Amino acid sequence: MDILYFAWVRERIGMNGERIAPPDGIVDVAGLIAWLVTRSPGHAEALADVSRLRVAIDQQFAGLDAPIAGAVEIAIFPPVTGG
Amino acid sequence: MIEVRVQTDPFDVGAELARLDRAGGGGVASFTGIVRDDGGLTELLLEHHPEMTIRMMRSLAEQATDRWQLMGVTLIHRHGPLHPGDPIVLVATAATHRGAALEACAALIDRLKTEAPFWKRETFADGRTSWVEPRAADDVAAARWLRDDS
Repeated sequence: MDILYFAWVRERIGMNGERIAPPDGIVDVAGLIAWLVTRSPGHAEALADVSRLRVAIDQQFAGLDAPIAGAVEIAIFPPVTGG
Repeated sequence: MIEVRVQTDPFDVGAELARLDRAGGGGVASFTGIVRDDGGLTELLLEHHPEMTIRMMRSLAEQATDRWQLMGVTLIHRHGPLHPGDPIVLVATAATHRGAALEACAALIDRLKTEAPFWKRETFADGRTSWVEPRAADDVAAARWLRDDS
């Protein structure tokens, strides 16, 4: 699946996104983030505080307990500040 | 008549409102957001998730059209580098009567701020940059319209 990063999450990780295949046993957004944290120091810093993160699965906002099975795209970003 | 656009170019508020004037309603309401020069701000960079932004804005426009029986709605949001004084967002609604047009306009800008995936990065005169933090007051304003839905 494609993981997309935006704003300071993108800056701290140092990439716009990545294609990943999470290991078996990772079933929801919280589990995915906990696994992504292990990928680099940048990931660990950007994703340390999940209360400051928002997630969209296939372009719909999703909670930390949302299942990731079948997702094509998961975006991880700070709370939005448009308008 | 729903018009939703995300663009780097400026927009012509007069031309956009004139189009809604012809939508057949009895009133047109609008909100234009302008970049403020808070604390020596020199640039406001708007980042967004292109596909999701359009999808969310279209969904908001469709929901408002249903709820307030709008004859027309226009949502335009800019992205890329902007500067103090630049128009950044336009919400405009046409309805049979003023109440629906004004309420729908307020609801759309409130919900757009908390649901459309845009992020703002400020650059100041001394070179400092920072990402804008969300405001709790914005969440309260948006939640008001969700509660009234029930």
